[in-house]
Amino acid sequence: MTSLVLLDYDATGIKQPSRSAVAAAAKLGEVHGLIAGENVAATGEAAAKIAGVTKVLVADGPAYAHALAEPLAALIVSLAGDYSHVLAAATAVGKNVMPRVAALLDSQPISDISDVIDADTFVRPIYAGNALATVKSSDAKKFITVRAASFDAVPAEGGSASIESVTAAPADEKSKYISSELSKSERPELTAAKIIVSGGRGMQNGENFTKLLDPVADKLGAAVGASRAAVDAGYVPNDYQVGQTGKIVAPELYIAIGISGAIQHLAGMKDSKVIVAINKDEDAPIFQVADYGLVGDLFAILPELDKAL
Amino acid sequence: MKLLVPVKRVVDYNVKVRVKSDGSGVETNGVKMSMNPFDEIAVEEAIRLKEKGIATEIIALSAGVAACQETIRTALAMGADRGILVETDVGLEPLAVAKILKAVVEKESIDLVILGKQAIDDDMNATGQMLAALLGWPQATFASAITIADGTATVTREVDGGLETIALKLPAIITADLRLNEPRYASLPNIMKARKKTIDTIKPADLGVDPAPRLTTIKVSEPPTRKAGIKVADVAALIDKLRNEAKVIS
Repeated sequence: MTSLVLLDYDATGIKQPSRSAVAAAAKLGEVHGLIAGENVAATGEAAAKIAGVTKVLVADGPAYAHALAEPLAALIVSLAGDYSHVLAAATAVGKNVMPRVAALLDSQPISDISDVIDADTFVRPIYAGNALATVKSSDAKKFITVRAASFDAVPAEGGSASIESVTAAPADEKSKYISSELSKSERPELTAAKIIVSGGRGMQNGENFTKLLDPVADKLGAAVGASRAAVDAGYVPNDYQVGQTGKIVAPELYIAIGISGAIQHLAGMKDSKVIVAINKDEDAPIFQVADYGLVGDLFAILPELDKAL
Repeated sequence: MKLLVPVKRVVDYNVKVRVKSDGSGVETNGVKMSMNPFDEIAVEEAIRLKEKGIATEIIALSAGVAACQETIRTALAMGADRGILVETDVGLEPLAVAKILKAVVEKESIDLVILGKQAIDDDMNATGQMLAALLGWPQATFASAITIADGTATVTREVDGGLETIALKLPAIITADLRLNEPRYASLPNIMKARKKTIDTIKPADLGVDPAPRLTTIKVSEPPTRKAGIKVADVAALIDKLRNEAKVIS
């Protein structure tokens, strides 16, 4: 039984959520990886080093340059014949393409799994993580997205997979990439960070994020996150959002500052290993999930933290 | 241009769901049900396209038990023109819903389908993508802005590192993310008017669709709960704990 994992990458290499998807696939048997993109020979070589991957398929062509769902799904369908399971991390790319592939092959996808029980049976959170469903698939081929926070990523180095190039299809005429506006940041990505410092409505404005929270994050080498309330209030852009409607994270250390702890936020961070809450309201629900709570005024505490670190 | 907007009846987002003690699912008896919030955003977007003179008719469709009529009625009160209920007691999965929608799209000659990006009950995030696949149409998921002109939908999408804009040749599928718009509340006169709008009821078999599920739910359980830890007195105590007890900072 062999699985194919669609690998997501950027200029620095294979993204960590994809290496978590490899970890999930490894529980099922042999793992092959797929790199699709334009001028991706070096990325293919990086993928071949991922621990536990035995073969990397590389589809190199302009049709795959921006991971548009139509050509990417057609590519995966053309390769799926050899595999019992096809997986991807539940990232924007994986969530976009995997159901499309499944439908083309008349299979019901299994989204956002948090555990592998056996070849047919998987655990997945439902109701924003307020319940866990164990589901068994009767489809011959399984198409799966993987909740990266639930699987420890396999190392980026240590493997020596063979590399095979696969035929790239022409672009689909029906969809076209126009542009991207990606947030530029020197900090680690939220889903890959070991430490996350998040601010909520208690931060009061965007300037306080820059002035008070960012310095603490930089001292810790942390990513900066936010609650939906802070995003909705316009303090920070939406891609900062941690929660049910934002990113699901599970860092070693999560520091929630001025965040009350709405269910929707907890759904995105409660699997963090250590949680710290800083809030002036000692009855805030965030303290019910925090390992260490500090009750007080964040405008006094953040500068103190900055100085002490 | 004719629009189809599928709407799902789900446990209201304000309800704290409870897992049934026998592990067969979550308690839905006596629980407030509402339209899936992402579907409300899809309905709102469709209505705005009609107000701009781009859409000519909006059909709201729900698939499921008879009570899904109420969800369709909500969409009609917001401004959809007519409803279709595809009635079944079978618990529908995204693949079956996509097949139902494909049949309706073909029967009604639909040009654009706007769906919520995911339902807040099963959190599958799949139906829109699957419908696009079955129809062979292009897709734009997680939309935060939509412009339609000259047979093209230009869609800004919420992706992991920020935003991405793509262009789709119509007909197409778009799924709505949270920031696409703020849905309106239905006014009382519109709620009254909606009562007179038609809802046609059909069965999956009328559309030639076998709705049998592919997944069996073995059990539904409570997630592990986290215990509250301790309160520390000050910043120094916090840093000491993080360094020496939790060992998560150096």
